[in-house]
Amino acid sequence: MPDKVRVRITVNGTRHDLLVEPRTLLADLLRNDLALAGTHLGCEQGVCGACTVIVDDTATRSCLVFAAQLDGSSVRTVESLAAADGTLHPIQRAFTQEHGLQCGFCTPGMLMGACELLERVPEPDREDVEEALGGNLCRCTGYQNIVRSVRTAGRIMADEQSEVRA
Amino acid sequence: MSTIEEPATETRRWVGQSVPRKEDPKLLTGRAGYIGDVVLPGMLHGAVLRSPHAHARILSIDTSEAEALPGVVVVLTGATATGYVDPMPAFCAEPVEQRAIAVDRVRYPGEAVAAVAATDRYIAEDACARIRVEYEVLPALVDPVAAMDPSATKVHETLDSNVVFHRSLDWGEVDADLARAHTIVRSSARWHRMGAHPIETAGAVAHWDPFGESMTVWSNSNFINFLPWAFAGILRVSTNRLRMIPCTVGGSFGSKHLITKVISITGALSKACGRPVQYLEDRADNVAANDNVGCDRIYDAELALAEDGEMLGLVLRIIDDYGAYFQFAHGQHGNAVAQPVGPYRIGSLRYDVSCVLTNKVQQGFFRGAGADPGNFILERLVDKAALEMGIDRVELRRRNFIQPDQFPYKIPTGNIYDSGDYEAVLDRALEIAGLDAWRTEQERLRAEGRYLGIGLATCQERSGYNASEWWFLYGDEAPLPATSTPESCKIDVDAMGGVRATIGCPLWGNSPETVVGQVVAEEFGIDPSSVSVAYADSTSGAISAGPGGSRVTIMLSGATRGAARTVKDKMIRVAASAMEMDAEDVECVEGVFRAKGAPGTSMTMAEVGMRAHLFNDGTSKAESSGLVAVHTYDHPYFTPPTDDRSDLGAFYPMVSHACHIPIVEVDPETGEVTLRAYYVVNDCGTVMNPALVEGQVVGGIVQGIGAALMEEYRYGDSDGTLETPTLREYLLPSMHEVPEIVLEHLETPSPFTTYGVKGAGEGGRLVAPTAIASAVDDALRPLGVWVDELPMTPERVVGMVADAREGRR
Repeated sequence: MPDKVRVRITVNGTRHDLLVEPRTLLADLLRNDLALAGTHLGCEQGVCGACTVIVDDTATRSCLVFAAQLDGSSVRTVESLAAADGTLHPIQRAFTQEHGLQCGFCTPGMLMGACELLERVPEPDREDVEEALGGNLCRCTGYQNIVRSVRTAGRIMADEQSEVRA
Repeated sequence: MSTIEEPATETRRWVGQSVPRKEDPKLLTGRAGYIGDVVLPGMLHGAVLRSPHAHARILSIDTSEAEALPGVVVVLTGATATGYVDPMPAFCAEPVEQRAIAVDRVRYPGEAVAAVAATDRYIAEDACARIRVEYEVLPALVDPVAAMDPSATKVHETLDSNVVFHRSLDWGEVDADLARAHTIVRSSARWHRMGAHPIETAGAVAHWDPFGESMTVWSNSNFINFLPWAFAGILRVSTNRLRMIPCTVGGSFGSKHLITKVISITGALSKACGRPVQYLEDRADNVAANDNVGCDRIYDAELALAEDGEMLGLVLRIIDDYGAYFQFAHGQHGNAVAQPVGPYRIGSLRYDVSCVLTNKVQQGFFRGAGADPGNFILERLVDKAALEMGIDRVELRRRNFIQPDQFPYKIPTGNIYDSGDYEAVLDRALEIAGLDAWRTEQERLRAEGRYLGIGLATCQERSGYNASEWWFLYGDEAPLPATSTPESCKIDVDAMGGVRATIGCPLWGNSPETVVGQVVAEEFGIDPSSVSVAYADSTSGAISAGPGGSRVTIMLSGATRGAARTVKDKMIRVAASAMEMDAEDVECVEGVFRAKGAPGTSMTMAEVGMRAHLFNDGTSKAESSGLVAVHTYDHPYFTPPTDDRSDLGAFYPMVSHACHIPIVEVDPETGEVTLRAYYVVNDCGTVMNPALVEGQVVGGIVQGIGAALMEEYRYGDSDGTLETPTLREYLLPSMHEVPEIVLEHLETPSPFTTYGVKGAGEGGRLVAPTAIASAVDDALRPLGVWVDELPMTPERVVGMVADAREGRR
């Protein structure tokens, strides 16, 4: 086995200085080394999107990236969304309001994909959502409520922004 | 044996509302505790080496190089695994043995030949790559018709034939109905095998304690509180020394009822090393070897009609490709005969089924469980009859619908339909679809050379199974007593008035916590958000068949209400005693126990709770201390089969109904089918929670879109190689394929169930495939295309168009 590689990586705001095997996938680093089990593996080949996280502001499939590639990067996972006091993020609130999840296994990937989209496009239309999340598979919901959830999230976030400004 | 519920007269506050889902916060924050999240000290990780061949003899296996790899703790072959575990439980009568790891011979591509436990998954997979297996490749049986030939290679030497089961049953006067028919329409239809493919694969953690000879198993199996003894049998552990713990399940759709192979492999590895082992299927394991494959049927069907379109009799001859094993027997045909005649007054049925073994992974269960192709063939026949007889397809259905005043209605097989108003559903569907506008659009597009089609299907969704369907086609002996499919709920109210429910079914992606919260809230008048819900492990006695057959909301409602009422009645007695009143004069309103008609005298839940727990001072001598009740709710309405099976009895009597009207556009040049719109009217009795039922129906429809257009297991004709080994080849619907789905409900409550609830979990997938087939037909009518095979992939549509043009069909 080749020598371990040093990776300095920030995950959900916490800095880590780690030694990892070169072949360690980001998904496995998150789940196994950092005990962040919210990132789920559905196919391990980039098809299903359940493992989507945000790496340096880009939605990324954590099953297709080696941790060793991410020295100096910043990663956000589903665990970054809700506050420690249990307050859900507006995207999470929108998903529960619109019943945008059932079994919840694809949900962290959907949430992180939606999070990245809403940072780029604050009030997306259906086509924007389809473009951003069309590669994330959900076997439960039939997607209709996921599209609604993401659009509702945009509206909630816009409303909260304007309340803050007011 | 059977009960009729009291009619719903009271107004309900919580049942019927879109109450927020209790399950959501943990799911939304990544804290739900799936099987992959279970971590134990010292836990090893499993991986499995699988056969690349569909059919081969294993000549030798060399594991030495794998065992030498640092970090590898155990390597098991089929032969060494027999030292730890026994074969899979079989629900069939035929001698077909299946082991989790093959011994001597592999019978389908992907069958396990060795398993490894190592300190991490990477090393376990490295070790698999170092195992040397020498195979003698045998001829692969791919085509079920060829496999039926007496001279064909046998999949199992213990059987005389690859036709593992054959039976033909007549109900009613089939021959007489065929003889008096004015028209007999025929259809040869093909329903290919599809897989459930939940986004989470199956997995388990097993921890063997060699000193206590006991095992603890965490898994995403459903049947931990239904058939725990069956798992104990495989794992060679005493039934009372096996503890099975449920995990949150990342979707199942029928595929995770048992997952016996995964549990067996994990248990064998743990026994071999005495350490906890986790084995999670990867996607390749799941596609190739999970028992998540549904029906694989060739139909030769006839529908006999009188001159006026009255449907007289139905003949279904079925060849069903079961794959290499027969673990669940013909259960999916038992399921199909719950509703073979659909919503129609068809008087007779011939059901002739041949279950054939081939070199493919065995059939398991997938949403619909055999009724899915059943609905497909029936509605195809009805559409064909309309076309051949020149009767409008809507009118033909109307003429044959069972009428509202005919319920409960007994169909030829003996099953009972509880209630319904099919014409009302049809009428409302036609209204919301705005058919006139679509017909105008169809004409406009046809003038441009484009092909728009309007589909229509009216189908049943049988729900709430009595498991007798598993064995009753074995018709040569007197039937066993009807089997039980129970559901349990324990309710306890603590000394401070807090209500906790513990249920036997796992969280499978449906919403048991929400349903329990609603029912408890309804009974006590408290807020559902205040109710806490926990999941029982297999040592609790909370026997439960869990989700399956669209049963869990029906059954859980009954279990929860039963337990809640027992506890509430005791609280009324305790409160009455404390208030020096007769219990008959005390009621529970909004969580307060008060004198009827004199609300001034009252006790809170906490006051009654404290009194019952701590101050059982003799004023209520008949009561023991505490407030706890377990209620096991058994199937609410069944009757046993007759010895000769001329009447199978009522076994699946809560029958929902739906009408689906999809609008498609088909490009005959590329074969692409695009859904433009989709309208549904659904009747699942009392709607427990509209938002959640809509989620089930829409999700099912999208799986049905997959069934109609893209999902199919494909095997190489010559060698049986699995050509769809991952989700790159086996396509699932994405956001891109889904139209806006418009859904409405009508409610004809079931007279048999708590609150009148019927099932809603499978209907979407039970109806959509045949509805979309009818839409494609309608689109391509000018070209003379008739759809009799799913999925309608682009290449298949192009082929159908070419065949029609050249008069081959």
